[in-house]
Amino acid sequence: MRAVTKYMFAAVFLLMPVSACFAQYDYIKISNPFLHKIPIAVPMFKPLSESQVARETADRYAVVMSDALEFTRYFTLIDRDAFIDRPRQTGITLHDINFKNWRDIGAEYLVTGGVSVVKGVVEMEFRLFDVFKGQMLAGKRYRGQMKDRRRIVLRFCGEIMEKITGNRGCFQSKIAFVSSGDGNKEIYICDFDGHNPVRITKNKSINLSPAWSSDGRALAWTSYKLGRPDLYIMNLLDRRVTRFSMKGVNISPAWVPGKFMLAATLSFEGDQEIYLITGSGKVVRRLTWSWGIDVSPSFSPDGKRMAFVSNRSGTPQIYLMYLDTGRTERLTFDGRYNTNPSWNPVDDRIAYCAMENGVFNIKVIDVATRKTVSLTAGQGDNESPCWSPDGSLIVFSSTRDGGVPRIYVMSAVGTDAKRLLVLPGEQTSPRWSPAVAVAGR
Amino acid sequence: MDKKRFFAGLVTLCVVCALLFTVSCTKPKVKEESATMETVEALPAQETEKAAQAEQSAAEQSAAEQEAVAAEQAAAREAFVNEDIHFDFDKATLTSEAREILKRKAKWLEENPDASIVIEGHCDERGTTEYNLALGDRRAKAARDFLVDLGISASRIDTISYGEERPLDPGHNEAAWAKNRRAHFVIR
Repeated sequence: MRAVTKYMFAAVFLLMPVSACFAQYDYIKISNPFLHKIPIAVPMFKPLSESQVARETADRYAVVMSDALEFTRYFTLIDRDAFIDRPRQTGITLHDINFKNWRDIGAEYLVTGGVSVVKGVVEMEFRLFDVFKGQMLAGKRYRGQMKDRRRIVLRFCGEIMEKITGNRGCFQSKIAFVSSGDGNKEIYICDFDGHNPVRITKNKSINLSPAWSSDGRALAWTSYKLGRPDLYIMNLLDRRVTRFSMKGVNISPAWVPGKFMLAATLSFEGDQEIYLITGSGKVVRRLTWSWGIDVSPSFSPDGKRMAFVSNRSGTPQIYLMYLDTGRTERLTFDGRYNTNPSWNPVDDRIAYCAMENGVFNIKVIDVATRKTVSLTAGQGDNESPCWSPDGSLIVFSSTRDGGVPRIYVMSAVGTDAKRLLVLPGEQTSPRWSPAVAVAGR
Repeated sequence: MDKKRFFAGLVTLCVVCALLFTVSCTKPKVKEESATMETVEALPAQETEKAAQAEQSAAEQSAAEQEAVAAEQAAAREAFVNEDIHFDFDKATLTSEAREILKRKAKWLEENPDASIVIEGHCDERGTTEYNLALGDRRAKAARDFLVDLGISASRIDTISYGEERPLDPGHNEAAWAKNRRAHFVIR
């Protein structure tokens, strides 16, 4: 993660006037930011070098930026047709901006960009302005190759998010999922917004339940590659794969935060219990000791507690285990089928999937108060929730469109559900990576 | 059929001729005899034919018997493979019907001591992938444990869970789900 960051920052030049502006800025409270979205204007970027490719890049990547900002569900993008000024003509620096003209169309923030392409080297500079204060909040210039353009734009989107909301968002994260488009369930990885889907497994068996390590460098999943449900762990940097296979099922992996260690359900002792195993495939210890099914572990951000599903009470319910003492308590009491817990990476809330009247919907339970909120209703079956690394979005699978399971992303409060990507077949089991993930190559 | 009729006709003709000649004249006895001889000569052929026929029919019968036995065995084997046991939603407990089926399977396993089997545990599509993999494991193991209780060696039985990954019926309704909540038996 650090290496990647370093690499990117090597190509970044801080513009001088930036430094003075940050200190007095107040972060926006994000208790429910999705009901009052932040109006932001992203006019077309200005070509700074005379070439067709610079002009095309300026057009295309302004759209990439506005799409990425819109994806966060924090922002509402002001229609470009409503703009009074055209920074492409009038200029993109602080002195060129007439803030009144942006206030008048309802913008609270403005992003300007300039693009030059010389001999295959792309330079992009961006500025974020607070329209009401008439100040520049951030300004950066990036240099890279043509293939880095999207990454550069997304990097500045992270700056925008950080300046306005206090977190860098999930622009460098990825989503792993299962797709049956090739006739078999295979594991895929795509960007946070559904772009660049890459197939990871190609074994034509059944591949299930992808899980990211907390450093974003390893992926574990269940595969029938050799005929039985075994665990596979891939180092995404070199694509080396380790197989973990014991008698019975080897399923439901979830990584322990900050460690090269994962919890998984094994049944070599007969019962389906959750065990801790190392990333290299050694059993560390058994975590659950009750008769019946114990499955679907998910860890609290500090790694000290584990939510999981157990049917020890007769039906599948979500339980909470304190890993130091092993003390276990039941978390869900409503309904007869509660599964798929996913612990919010930043606070103590757990998203899960509940069946009521034969329909599956996504709910969130606050661990402290045990208060439950429903996030989906009346739109097919909604399953496999997983939080974005900043806890602001939830990715899930839903049959809302024609009964076929596909992947959607909604805000953490259940609004703005949109399909993540279009691929043939069924897409299920989405798992959001940590903030920075290694690309699936 | 035609052959049979032909021989029957031939025999009848010969017998009638023989009777006629025997009764009516004595003179052309030689001829008669020759005729008889001819007939006699013909007889062994007929008898051979008959014997062959008998042999054939015996062979046929025994083949049929064997076939019947084989068919019975195949049917038993087929029943063993084709007859799944079914489960209630979110349950791995054996229904009374499932127990009856398993008793028949135990009988077959006793009669076929060389056979070893794999029990596949399956679930319907509802619920999570992971929970269903675990539930399928429990279903397969419940069936195995019952067979072991009936005296079948555990070493002859392997189990595997497919969770909800291999539905028998791709439908999205209770009829399909009921079919898919099953343990399936495969002879290795």
